Amino acid sequence: MSELKSWKEIAEGAIIEEAGNSEEYKTGTWRSFRPIWYEDRCIQCYRCWAFCPDSSILIKDGKVAGINYDYCKGCGICAHECPKKVNAIEMVPERT
Amino acid sequence: MQKFDAFTGNLAIATAMKQINPDVCAAYPITPSTEIMMLFADFVANGEVDTELVTVESEHSAMSACIGASLAGGRVMTATSSAGLAYMWELLSVASGLRCSMVMTLVNRALSAPLNIHCDHSDAMGTKDTGWIQLFSENAQEAYDNVIQAVRITEHKDVRLPVMVCVDGFIISHSYEKMQYMEDKDVKDFIGEFKPYRSLLNVEKPETFGAMVLPNYYMEFKRQVREGMEKARKVILEVGKEFGDRFGRYYGYFEDFMLDDAEIVFVVMNSAAGTVKHVVNMLRKKGIKVGLLKPRVFRPFPSKEMADALRNAKVVCVLDRAETFGGEGGSLYLETKSALQTAKNNVTVINRIYGLGQRDFLPTHVDDIYKEMQEFLNTGNIKLFDYVNLRD
Repeated sequence: MSELKSWKEIAEGAIIEEAGNSEEYKTGTWRSFRPIWYEDRCIQCYRCWAFCPDSSILIKDGKVAGINYDYCKGCGICAHECPKKVNAIEMVPERT
Repeated sequence: MQKFDAFTGNLAIATAMKQINPDVCAAYPITPSTEIMMLFADFVANGEVDTELVTVESEHSAMSACIGASLAGGRVMTATSSAGLAYMWELLSVASGLRCSMVMTLVNRALSAPLNIHCDHSDAMGTKDTGWIQLFSENAQEAYDNVIQAVRITEHKDVRLPVMVCVDGFIISHSYEKMQYMEDKDVKDFIGEFKPYRSLLNVEKPETFGAMVLPNYYMEFKRQVREGMEKARKVILEVGKEFGDRFGRYYGYFEDFMLDDAEIVFVVMNSAAGTVKHVVNMLRKKGIKVGLLKPRVFRPFPSKEMADALRNAKVVCVLDRAETFGGEGGSLYLETKSALQTAKNNVTVINRIYGLGQRDFLPTHVDDIYKEMQEFLNTGNIKLFDYVNLRD
């Protein structure tokens, strides 16, 4: 998350003055497991992309291209949904 | 131009509300404050105000509706008592935490059980730490004046905290007394137009109200509420002075009644101050140096100013109309004693709990306490804590 502000710098009453500013809040710090995506195993079925609740599967030129670690909370749904025989995403413990 | 007429406390408050003409009132009836909204509903029905009156199903909903209306940019008022305030409790810190401007009249009544509809301050004292400014009123006149001033205080840009105007149930709310009131246009001119600084309904600039805050920011927002309270000190004095300049009745943090040279001092809020004043007058006729300090502002508590006003006292009796059950004494006593300690004034302060559930508090009771204090000055012995007019 960005630098913490003092009580003098923040909006009164905890009001969020801008619409759609949640992208500034990097929820990736919550992660305790990190998904690792293996390009060579991926069959481009988009199941991970369809199921990811945080829109954290990166797509480049119409193809799965990796994971956005700024917002991925490490829930493991992508790894679970990846077909068993393919196994293109593996969850590994996050380094602390 | 001001006129005199006979008013009950409730009528005085309803009249002030009529003259303020708020955008929204949401309230649920509870004795002894019911009559305020009952009278106000007449004003709405007769077209004397253009307020949106929301007849909600509970006090919890009343305060919720007031918060929503305040955030939407409205001028908002309500009234309640006792269990009604208790049922609002959850929302009281929401109102202050979201920096809502609003004015609520609290007609003080005891909390159950046993069920009692009569006056004491246990409702107000139970909410003293919820971030609301608390003004206390001795009589209908002060209730009327406080409600009008409260509008200016709560809407001030440095404050933006809700204000609770307290007045004693039945003793004031249902008794007629002579009161001076202003013309509608003078009240309108004094309070001015409400210019909300943000609005929930502004679709041009959408904002999020009531978002969750994690441990890394919660304390910062509570510190802001404290700042609003601190800033309110100056605003309360400014508004009280301007009110006095315009209407002839000046208001500060407290009233000092024959305090200058007083050695024996009573501290008491709301209607009982009238009873104490009567006894002080009697004793002064005998040449006894006795006085009264009547706090008007309990939140923010005027510690420095009160300690200064009590500097010549040799013994102080703080009268509390609410229990703390297991505390060293009542809330007013604790605040007063703390203020004196900070000022390094080691004067003896005693506490008397009186008038719970509207138990009689008569001049003879004040006189009895005075005699104990006089005895203390001779012997150095006195009970620090006791009940008044209790059967042992």
